[in-house]
Amino acid sequence: MTKKGWLYWLFFLALFAAPFYLTEFRLSLLGKFLCFAMIAIGISLIWGYTGILSLGHGVYFGLGAYCMAMYLKLESSHGRLPDFMEWSGVHQLPWFWKPFEHPLVAISSAIIIPVLLAAFLSYFTFKNRIKGVYFSLLSQAVVVVFVTLFIGKQEWTGGTNGLTNFSTVFGFPLSSPFTQIILYWITVCLLLLIFLFSRWLTVSRFGRVLVAIRDGENRVRFLGFNPTTYKVFVYSLSAAFAALAGIMFVLQVGLISPAMMGIIPSIEMVLWVAVGGRSSLIGAVIGAIVTNSAKSFFSENYPDIWLLFLGGLFIGVVMFLPNGLAGVYQSFKQRKGQREGKTHEAGSHVSRSVGGF
Amino acid sequence: MSVVITQVFNGFSLGSILLFVAIGLAVTFGLMGVINMAHGELIMVGAYMTYVVQQIFAKYAPQSMGYYFFIAIPVAFFVSALLGWGLEKILIRHLYHRPLDSLLATWGVSLILQQIARTIFGAPNVAVLPPEWLDGGVRIAGVVFPYKRLFILVFVILSIFALYIYLTKTPAGRRIRAVTLNRDMASCLGISTRKVDAYAFAIGSGFAGLAGCALTLLGPIGPTIGTYYIVDAFMVVILGGVGKLIGTVLGAFGIGLVSTLMEYSTSATMAKVMMFALIIAFLQWKPSGLVSVKTRSLD
Repeated sequence: MTKKGWLYWLFFLALFAAPFYLTEFRLSLLGKFLCFAMIAIGISLIWGYTGILSLGHGVYFGLGAYCMAMYLKLESSHGRLPDFMEWSGVHQLPWFWKPFEHPLVAISSAIIIPVLLAAFLSYFTFKNRIKGVYFSLLSQAVVVVFVTLFIGKQEWTGGTNGLTNFSTVFGFPLSSPFTQIILYWITVCLLLLIFLFSRWLTVSRFGRVLVAIRDGENRVRFLGFNPTTYKVFVYSLSAAFAALAGIMFVLQVGLISPAMMGIIPSIEMVLWVAVGGRSSLIGAVIGAIVTNSAKSFFSENYPDIWLLFLGGLFIGVVMFLPNGLAGVYQSFKQRKGQREGKTHEAGSHVSRSVGGF
Repeated sequence: MSVVITQVFNGFSLGSILLFVAIGLAVTFGLMGVINMAHGELIMVGAYMTYVVQQIFAKYAPQSMGYYFFIAIPVAFFVSALLGWGLEKILIRHLYHRPLDSLLATWGVSLILQQIARTIFGAPNVAVLPPEWLDGGVRIAGVVFPYKRLFILVFVILSIFALYIYLTKTPAGRRIRAVTLNRDMASCLGISTRKVDAYAFAIGSGFAGLAGCALTLLGPIGPTIGTYYIVDAFMVVILGGVGKLIGTVLGAFGIGLVSTLMEYSTSATMAKVMMFALIIAFLQWKPSGLVSVKTRSLD
């Protein structure tokens, strides 16, 4: 096994062992950040590898979380109407809430609904060769639409408060530390699976086509590939990752509201990846953890400065670190290699991002 | 009958506001191809400048309060234009070939500007009192047309006319168009493209200031007023097509009219959802928007 491979396993082993050396509060934060890391891997796939910048991943995350939350809400209501519906004057459970009484339906639709939405949106834009910033802006408009919808339909979605006050999942109390540790471990396992799958995807022939689409979509088209199929697939895949993150998020945090899927959270997701390194999967994971740790540190201590810091981070990363932390690591390694007299290939951006990490 | 007239008027009114917010974008995004997410915050700056001018008038010249708006218009324009010029000089000129990155960087700028506004003016909204001569409305065929809405409509038509004249009749405007059509050729003919870029961006930003000035007539303003409009404004430019002003005008009034009519027949939330579905459906038919410049280049 290579030296780098060991580092990966060490990293994930440290995550697995976290319940033994972190306090309960820190562990719940880390669990949340790992959910975000799942989204980051998906965004790295579409942005770093395929060149699609999506500002709409908050929606896929939110839809996944809402589907799971609907099940949790029904379970904790014990056959009665959920509390917010009573307050809004609804007397009967709406028909589309009914199937969510079954956990399997809830979990599968938490993945399927966001994936269908992503496939629909991406098919009808990429088919017409609408790309680049146009797609980014359209995906941002999707966020606005869904946030307005979820706030407006208060009697069905809980409005701005969202869905909260869950008690149990499959009969286990959500508040007990034991359940939380199990959920944390499930999150780490899922993250590892997503990471391995994405890594396998990017080093395969498929991944090379993705990079080719990023660097010259028309050339790929002239070579006989259909970029639309690839782009729709990878976009829907990243939506599935975001939805999975939403499920685990709502189980651990116990709350989902429109504010968590809005414009600002969606664009923050892109920032995590930019900080970590857009074309590096492990960079995206580390970026999500580092940026969110910084966020919780700043917003605990200096809430006013956080926005300034966030804005500065956007500008700084784009201007000075276009390849993020992973890029810093790469250039550090290259310099070290030169010092030691090893012969390194010049390693353009492209070749680095195909094999790198 | 009066219901129809009211709805159509409301549609035009909403369209005029959207158009105002989108004019600046038509220059920076449509002509130059730069995504400026801080455009909304330049609108906010224009709105706060109007507020500042009003406060100054209230303190030093209360007798001529009625005319503060005419001072506020140029002040809002020039302050926003200056900010935009600085933004171009410091940040955007490095990112012309990386549109996705310029989107993210200018988003960062917008967060910083919002926080600065919050620090200076406070987080709660502030109210700008519109001049007294804009109170009330004119009554035609049993329908009241508020003066404020009519004023915005006229204001936006004058602004877009001025921009059109500037771009097509003056040497400076023609240079902008030359550079946006064929940068290398324009540069060969002795046009300083760097200078033109900065000017064009400043003008687009100045129009954002004017939009902010107009928005103060509609209600209180706050640090996040820009984000409220920016997504809709980009939709206008995407729907209208880039490169031609007329596309932006049609896009704005189209979205304004259709969404007002849908809001009337369903609800505000559903109208937003349906409007977006309509835009996606429309792009199936014309992927490059209503009016587009024909080109044979591939990308």
